[in-house]
Amino acid sequence: MNAASANKLIGKPLNRVEDARLIRGQSNYVSDLPARHLALHMAIARSPEAHAQIIELDLTAARKSEGVVAILTAADIVDLAPLPCDWAPDDAPFESRHPLLAKDRVLYFGQPVAAVIAETKAAADLAAQLITLSLSSISTILDQELACASDAPILHEGAKDNICFSHNRRNGDVDGAFLTAAKIVKRRLTNNRVSAAPLEGRAVLSDYDPVTGQLKHHSSSQLPHVHARALADCLNFPQHKLHFISPDVGGGFGAKLGFYAEDVLAAAASMRLHRPVFWAENRTETYLGTTHGRDHVHNIEMAIDATGRVLGLRGKVLADIGAYAMGMGPGIIYLNTGGSLTGPYKIENVDITIEAVYSNRMPTGPYRGAGHPEASYMLERMMDEIAYELGLDPILVRKNNFVSPQEMPYNVATGSSLDSGDFAANLDKALSHIDVDEFRRDQTIARKSRRYLGMGIGVFSESSGAAPSIGMGAVGFKRSGHESARVVVHPDGRATVFSGSHSQGQGHHTSLAQIAGDTLGLALEDVKVVQGDTAVIPFGTGTFNSRTMAVGGTAVFKACKSILEQMRQIAATKLQVRPYNLEFLDGAFRIKSGATIKLALGRGTARAIDGIVARVYRRITGHDLPDRGRDAALHSISFAEIASEAHLGHDVPPGMTSGLDKTVFFDPKAMPTAYATHISVVEINGETGQVTLLRHIVVDDCGQIINPLLATGQVHGGIAQGAGQALMEQMIYDADGQLFSENFATYAMPRAHDFPDFETGHTITSAPGNPLGVKGIGEGGAIGAPPAIINAALDALRPEGVRDLQMPLLPMNVWRAIQAAKKELNR
Amino acid sequence: MTELSLSVNGHTVTSDIQPEMLLVDFLRETLNLTGAHQGCNTTQCGACTVHVDRRAIKSCAMLAIECDGVEVTTIEGIATGPADDELHPMQAAFRAHHGLQCGFCTSGMIMTGLAIARQGSLPSRSIIRSNLKGNICRCTGYHNIVSAIEEGSKQLALLEDSR
Repeated sequence: MNAASANKLIGKPLNRVEDARLIRGQSNYVSDLPARHLALHMAIARSPEAHAQIIELDLTAARKSEGVVAILTAADIVDLAPLPCDWAPDDAPFESRHPLLAKDRVLYFGQPVAAVIAETKAAADLAAQLITLSLSSISTILDQELACASDAPILHEGAKDNICFSHNRRNGDVDGAFLTAAKIVKRRLTNNRVSAAPLEGRAVLSDYDPVTGQLKHHSSSQLPHVHARALADCLNFPQHKLHFISPDVGGGFGAKLGFYAEDVLAAAASMRLHRPVFWAENRTETYLGTTHGRDHVHNIEMAIDATGRVLGLRGKVLADIGAYAMGMGPGIIYLNTGGSLTGPYKIENVDITIEAVYSNRMPTGPYRGAGHPEASYMLERMMDEIAYELGLDPILVRKNNFVSPQEMPYNVATGSSLDSGDFAANLDKALSHIDVDEFRRDQTIARKSRRYLGMGIGVFSESSGAAPSIGMGAVGFKRSGHESARVVVHPDGRATVFSGSHSQGQGHHTSLAQIAGDTLGLALEDVKVVQGDTAVIPFGTGTFNSRTMAVGGTAVFKACKSILEQMRQIAATKLQVRPYNLEFLDGAFRIKSGATIKLALGRGTARAIDGIVARVYRRITGHDLPDRGRDAALHSISFAEIASEAHLGHDVPPGMTSGLDKTVFFDPKAMPTAYATHISVVEINGETGQVTLLRHIVVDDCGQIINPLLATGQVHGGIAQGAGQALMEQMIYDADGQLFSENFATYAMPRAHDFPDFETGHTITSAPGNPLGVKGIGEGGAIGAPPAIINAALDALRPEGVRDLQMPLLPMNVWRAIQAAKKELNR
Repeated sequence: MTELSLSVNGHTVTSDIQPEMLLVDFLRETLNLTGAHQGCNTTQCGACTVHVDRRAIKSCAMLAIECDGVEVTTIEGIATGPADDELHPMQAAFRAHHGLQCGFCTSGMIMTGLAIARQGSLPSRSIIRSNLKGNICRCTGYHNIVSAIEEGSKQLALLEDSR
């Protein structure tokens, strides 16, 4: 990339290309597709118990129900493979894959048992309710700590316990650090189980053509290519006949990284019935049957010196992955949490065991930040606890522990690395948004009238941009680390970008067009971005881990550069100069000043070659070639003229094939370190326990910014989800493992009045590992907000004697903590 | 089957429907107006908000048959044409303020925003926030939606003043 000043699109807050349709209601979510009108409808019968033996599955009444075409049970699909787990450590002793339909036993409330296919949605739903399931209950495991007890029932046959994997990360002299510590701070921290709940639920429209053997499969997915392969694997279906399309996707946040039984069942039904089959998740199924996020218990000890420097970190991370190892579920705990246990801090002596355990709950999977929020929450809560224990300023404690810019790139003790960053400068910029002294004065005054104000900080770093392929292989991740981009320049000089990334609202049709537009010298409206269709984009890795700009964006940039080089060769031929004597400026190749002598020499040579070519052509064909216009004193040729020439092929360099069409796979060597500082200000009502978020400040560093409007939008959305987790969101199971939070009435989704306006800013540290200098931005809001808010709440209530608060800060929980502290103080 | 006759986006529509059919299903499945989305099954999310006789309602909370003789306006009916300068000011404001990401809640947000704008005096940000209590967005954190409705309300007021 040239100097930033040369950019006309990159770095500009351009409005989105995709909005034109969406603000008019002209969306193409799977449920909007006209083809659904011709489809049969699928409904899933689900387990009403969390753990039980299936005694009998009675389909008699359901089969007789009007409109029912077919019912699939486990017995009908023995030829199909269970759902993949494509990320778990290689040494995981027991990886239990999720069956498409439960056979002998159900392991969680809501587990699919049968699929009903009927002429209408109402008929399918009714018949699913008519399926009777005789079950023999088995005792349940609904707590990760109890799952590890020696007398716990073992969920999976053939396993010796309920542990999916147990992985130790150890570095340095941990025992020595704890022996020499001035103080040891020990805490138990929990990370609540939540649901991503994108507003568009999952949806599938699968259409098998028995004549051609083609399967056209629409699915609301973040990873159309990965899911196409998963579908082919489950069905044992030839990949060249599978056309997988993800049209508009109404949010994902990790939930649509999972690959689910409904995709396979709808496809299998269509293949058997020779009719299209449609299924759309109802909101209850979001909670019952789409992966949940988080759900960790961390027991942590930090050895510190008198200045709050962390000398050693030890303890145990215990994650509940639910009933089965599904999708990326185990891997995110193993690598994302495991690799970021020290975050932006220089902690060299580490001994942490990370354990993933099975339970009778819905499997967990990646949720915005995927493993990073859990580690960051632990670290940021501990930083505040260290400050409290030593009576130090939490800001100072963080600064005492940051890895400095001079130490970059920095290899962290837990095995990953930080590529660049200045965490203290970022923290300072965030602090510039708030007058801390003034806040402390306000806080003291407010406390006198029993208004509790608190301010909290959350700093994090995230390894964004999942890559490289070789590294993913090394950590048991059965996916590639590259991203593909194919760029085509049409004969009129306009371009289409085919990207293997996939937008679920991030605005890739705009941001990727900004990259391509600047690189090719085109206006935004002259670039079209295409995603989510395996027939036109054969390869893709998809969108997760804030990787699209860093990996997918760079692939687009490189494909455009490659096209531009081909066009330079054509321009050189047309203008009769060496390619390096041309510069690309304002949409045209121009002869650099000072190249005129070479130009004259070049033209002489060209005329001589033209003469030979013309004579040979005349001898063979009897026709004369048109005059190539070499004598016209051309000094420049436009992008569009070259594009036209490339397709006509009349006068391209010898050996060059026609057309402008380049595919590039970018597989970066390392992952860029994105980071941010969050500052929260809360007010707590001592009488009710109600926590109000008064201010939330984020200064992020995502490297160079392609579109600040979109980048800030990502931060806003992330804050809302992080604040939702901290304040109100929680998956609640009863003692029998039945899910209580199963729709928007019983699962608290944050609303507009729950939040203040957000205050945002950026620092910019270019990523060294990609030519655009970009880092991830999508997930950070959800990583930094939870600890900032909990730290703020504790800051408010510490003078009242409250020492501990866990997420979510429901008024009841906060009120109880205040009451317990009162009792303690009065004792 | 019951006969239903109503105006949808200015066009008279007559149809035989099942009496239990919801308005949202009538719009999406019968008329193929898929701009109103279904984001929940419990009337919480507001993604299906349309106007019935100029009042914002959740079309999943109303039977189609209740709409006999009424005027329904959906997201598809508020722009005057396909060009950018023919967008409704509230639509244009959502685009200008990046008030949408995935777009699934957007139709409902714009229709609710329009109802907020029509309540009379220019709404403050906090009034906008409290009036959005029936609409859920999972992408934007609401900040830019509030800005869009604030701006859309101003533009709408200017437009009415100039009339």
